[in-house]
Amino acid sequence: MPDHLLEIEDLHKSFGETEVLKGVDFTMDKGDVVSVIGSSGSGKTTLLRCINMLEEFEGGTIRIEGEVIGYTTAGGHRRRKPEKEIARQRALTGMAFQQFNLFPHMSAIDNVTLGLIKVKKLPKEEARAVAMRWLDRVGLGERAGHYPGQLSGGQQQRVAIARAIAMNPHLMLFDEVTSALDPELVNEVLQVIRSLAEDGMSMLLVTHEMRFAHEVSDIVVFMNDGVIAEMGNPREIFPNPSTRRLAEFLKTSSFN
Amino acid sequence: MGYTLNFDAVWRSFDLLLAGLALGLALAFAAILLGCVIGLVTAFALLAKSRMARMPAGLYVTIIRNTPILVLILFTYFALPELGIRLGKIESFILTLAIYSGAYLAEVFRGGLLAIPPGLREAGLAIGLTEMQIRTSIIVPLMIRNVLPSLGSTIISLFKDTSLAAAIAVPELTFEARKINVETFRVIETWIVASLMYVATCTALAAIMRKVEQRLTVPR
Ligand SMILES: Nc1ncnc2c1ncn2[C@@H]1O[C@H](COP(=O)(O)OP(=O)(O)OP(=O)(O)O)[C@@H](O)[C@H]1O
Ligand SMILES: [Mg+2]
Repeated sequence: MPDHLLEIEDLHKSFGETEVLKGVDFTMDKGDVVSVIGSSGSGKTTLLRCINMLEEFEGGTIRIEGEVIGYTTAGGHRRRKPEKEIARQRALTGMAFQQFNLFPHMSAIDNVTLGLIKVKKLPKEEARAVAMRWLDRVGLGERAGHYPGQLSGGQQQRVAIARAIAMNPHLMLFDEVTSALDPELVNEVLQVIRSLAEDGMSMLLVTHEMRFAHEVSDIVVFMNDGVIAEMGNPREIFPNPSTRRLAEFLKTSSFN
Repeated sequence: MGYTLNFDAVWRSFDLLLAGLALGLALAFAAILLGCVIGLVTAFALLAKSRMARMPAGLYVTIIRNTPILVLILFTYFALPELGIRLGKIESFILTLAIYSGAYLAEVFRGGLLAIPPGLREAGLAIGLTEMQIRTSIIVPLMIRNVLPSLGSTIISLFKDTSLAAAIAVPELTFEARKINVETFRVIETWIVASLMYVATCTALAAIMRKVEQRLTVPR
């Protein structure tokens, strides 16, 4: 049996005394588009951040293509992997953040080439060619020389997505990438994600855009209070939620 | 009354003053370069998670910032040899000024580091950069932009502090001026010229820093 793209087993994560993830189990395969929904504070961001080790976690395992992420267990002792190894594993995934987090002192194209040059060790010219391809793809080829401060929020987010995808990750993580945007800029970003999904990119996206989740996802995961309360095909669970919590959540979420 | 200004004697020794000024600039330049390295390492240590890093860094900054620089200069030059560490006048002064400026620059850099949104580091981690790569490509370049205005005034005040090297007979501008003053009795003329040389140099330094700032400003 081939390995799953992502396999999470009994994931536990606390911030101090507060347990935020209380045993999350989840698998997805190559090409899957999975949306994570749930009310504020339910642990969606934390889940994504554990997958690329931006957060440490105390219990459970995360595997990407069969490879255990972040920790080794030997003789009953769980140890954090060396930083170099973690850096390599982080590059298996790409992440787009709510706040874009573009490097403000670098032009759009330099934001994209930085990882290609420093991590992938591509020669400068090749890195620029790859970066241009992705900037074109997100519709910003003509803005390659612009600095983040010269771009709109929607444009910045598209550069940030290009920066992540250019690294050729096996799984893309999107954390509410449209939440910080003015309403009129949301669509251009969703359009980019939609087209990546259509191209078969595997992605795990946290979103409050229910209509979008319904439209693009193969699977929707509903998180509640640190666990996955319900998951399934949105065309099945949105009209007929089997838990009361999801029914309530869907009722209070806007579909516009 | 009846004192007439006569600059002839000062002009005759002007090349000494110029040489003194050049030496002062060189001292400041060397000390600041070293001080930036010390300050950068200290700033990262001040913000480190580990107490073992924060403690010594904090102690260094507190001690240096609360000791008059003249005391530090005299200590390094006169007391260290007693402990078996022998340095020439110039080396001794550069070392002192570097350690002194390192403590001030550490505070300046710390402020500049705190102003960087943590999300940028995470974005770097997310594409697979190591902490070191993130520091060199993202954190330090942004920090430098954040601190340029205060870095400029720190550099100028360090340059002015080179006049204290006269206390250990390093032949910089103040030392030379005092010598000319003693030899020619042209007190007013000598100190007017020396002061103007300081003013002109500091103004030029400020102008250079403004240029650097403009160059490094990110377009928006
Ligand atoms: N760094 C942190 N330190 C302490 N508590 C934290 C930290 N990050 C998150 N939490 C807490 O963990 C819980 C889950 O947070 P998380 O950000 O994962 O929620 P979320 O589902 O993404 O919410 P939202 O929809 O508001 O983004 C919240 O109660 C939050 O307060
Ligand atoms: Mg969140």
